Amino acid sequence: MPDGSHSRALRFAIVGAPNCGKTAVFNALTGGRQKVGNYAGVTVERKTGIARTPAGRTLNIIDLPGTYSLRARSPDEEVTRDVVLGTHPGEPAPDLLLVVADATSPRSGLRLVMELQQVGRPMILVMNMIDIARHRGITVDLERLSRDLDIPVVAATAVRRGGQDEVWRALDAAIDEGIAPAAENRWTPPTAADLRRSQRVADTLISAAVIQPEKPDTVTNRIDGVLLHPVWGLVILLALLFVMFQAVFSWATPAMDGIAWVFDHLSLLIGQVLPPGLVQSFLRDGVISGVGGVLVFLPQILILFLFILLLEDLGYMARAAFLMDRIMGGAGLHGRAFIPLLSSFACAIPGIMAARVIDNRRDRLTTILVAPLITCSARIPVYTLIISAFVPARQVAGLFNLQGLVMFGLYAAGIAAALGAAAVAKFVFWRDQSSPPFMLELPDYKMPRGRDVARGLMTRARIFIKRAGTTIFSMTVLIWVLATFPRPPSGATEPGIFYSFAAMIGHLIGPLLAPIGFNWQISVALIPGMAAREVAVSALGTVYAIQGDTGLIGRTLATSWSLATALSFLVWYIFAPQCASTLAVIRRETGGWTWMWVTFGYMLALAYAASFLTYHLAVLMGAG
Amino acid sequence: MALDHAMPPITVLCLGAATKGFSGKVQAIEVADTRSSLPAAEMERRLIELGFIEGARVQILHQGLFGRDPIAVRVNGTTVALRRREAMAIQVA
Repeated sequence: MPDGSHSRALRFAIVGAPNCGKTAVFNALTGGRQKVGNYAGVTVERKTGIARTPAGRTLNIIDLPGTYSLRARSPDEEVTRDVVLGTHPGEPAPDLLLVVADATSPRSGLRLVMELQQVGRPMILVMNMIDIARHRGITVDLERLSRDLDIPVVAATAVRRGGQDEVWRALDAAIDEGIAPAAENRWTPPTAADLRRSQRVADTLISAAVIQPEKPDTVTNRIDGVLLHPVWGLVILLALLFVMFQAVFSWATPAMDGIAWVFDHLSLLIGQVLPPGLVQSFLRDGVISGVGGVLVFLPQILILFLFILLLEDLGYMARAAFLMDRIMGGAGLHGRAFIPLLSSFACAIPGIMAARVIDNRRDRLTTILVAPLITCSARIPVYTLIISAFVPARQVAGLFNLQGLVMFGLYAAGIAAALGAAAVAKFVFWRDQSSPPFMLELPDYKMPRGRDVARGLMTRARIFIKRAGTTIFSMTVLIWVLATFPRPPSGATEPGIFYSFAAMIGHLIGPLLAPIGFNWQISVALIPGMAAREVAVSALGTVYAIQGDTGLIGRTLATSWSLATALSFLVWYIFAPQCASTLAVIRRETGGWTWMWVTFGYMLALAYAASFLTYHLAVLMGAG
Repeated sequence: MALDHAMPPITVLCLGAATKGFSGKVQAIEVADTRSSLPAAEMERRLIELGFIEGARVQILHQGLFGRDPIAVRVNGTTVALRRREAMAIQVA
């Protein structure tokens, strides 16, 4: 062993074809909680974790984005190539490659092993999802594979407890024997002939070591017969989205009422215990009206994520991409843009990062530029607040909740806006370029695992509560200070807020926003609302609470805003670039300020124009 | 690939033109499409990486609504979605 190797922990990198369960192996080895899902491209960055082997050794494990080859076609695959080859800045090459292959369909995994042998690093091959393979009657001769490949080969079921025992044994055995120093790196980007040759060798290996069942598994194909049906498939996709947005609205009500009840009583209690004054106002008008007003929306956000997590784990995402390909292609979007855009329903930030799987820079840019138009979960509080205040909760056609319908309409508007913006970008900037290919593996369906879904929901809940405690809390404090100071002069006849900084700022920018029907309270709420979209809700809550309108913010708005203003505000939130973190991620992912400002500018212009139209149309129709 | 000279005559067609339910074997990969945003050599490599190599068993399982596009193809045990335009490069029989 070379000098100094005792002092530093060994570094093992996990490599494999897309969607073979690398991150599940990573989580199992490191106790990590990285996101897993049944589609290609869940992991787009390198993640590191520490594993402790049963023999007590400490290992650094690096999880890498999946790839068919080290050729690196897209930014996520470049990360894999650079880490494996040791050219990633500031990072030595890994001591060993833990190659993961899907035991149920090992062709691409084994072809990658052929290519990785050129790199000259020691390898261990993990045949993952062996439980599913066995269940389908696929037999894998691990010893034969190991002999033919001349590397250790073990089976694993990364998602089951104890499913990694063989991996642990192989890791300890490899370290006991001493990790061989790297041989010469003979890797060069494979040509089509190289790929053919290594695929042939891999196929020969598979025919010798893997016995396929007499009757192949047809469950996935039968389900796809319905879900990918040219007509029914599209109908089901639409129905799914529809149910999802209805559910976000209808199912959450009891839980939301419960949370609101707790905060209302907390507010009453504070009113009884503390004397009126600044402290009481800070706690009631600032913290409870502001932060509490946003936390109420936790159940809705969790319901949305429940749907998304179930669809992801089931393997539906790639199907949705298949069904939407023609529509997306018509708007000039890359076939692989669908999954980034679908992720944007949760939040534009992971959506924008997921665009790393798109190889072509132009297509990646278009996807990044339109992703913030997709309705993210942070808009839910804004939409819900306004809808509950202004749209009556009656049944339409005896089946649908009118409020849910409006919510669906807002989501549909976001989707239409994103497709429209992409089409304009294609037509204006990239008219002459040909359309990119669409090629995507459709994974077999898998039953979502309760533990993974619960873990995913916990993660989302933690993120949301953390945001409420940090960003939203600090913005609420800011708005409370602005709305409270300076104190009104003695003998003032108006509520104190009319003399505050908030009112001054609101009146200063008010004229800019008056043409779209916004009053000064909205104007001032939009400024801290740049930190996060939900902040607009908490800021309005605080401003109106300080103004003396006690009780639920929704009821206050229903009496103090016209319907035209409410509609204009909703439309504003479909388009407006009200999220500093999204803009920061756009800057990072596009590598410069230009595209960030382009996004900010076009979204602002769209928001202003659309709100202007909405407001004036509504006023004309008598809703002013 | 000079396979066709040595072999008995068989009807070779492009996978992109085949109907749903078609089942056969890949004869050759020949990327002729110049309108694609990818160079032909890169297109060929990607098709191979997805499993489309000479001799692979393929079957068209599903197709989309508009222009019967895209198609879902079973290729040696995995299912791959691609557009008919790209599938024109895959010659099957």
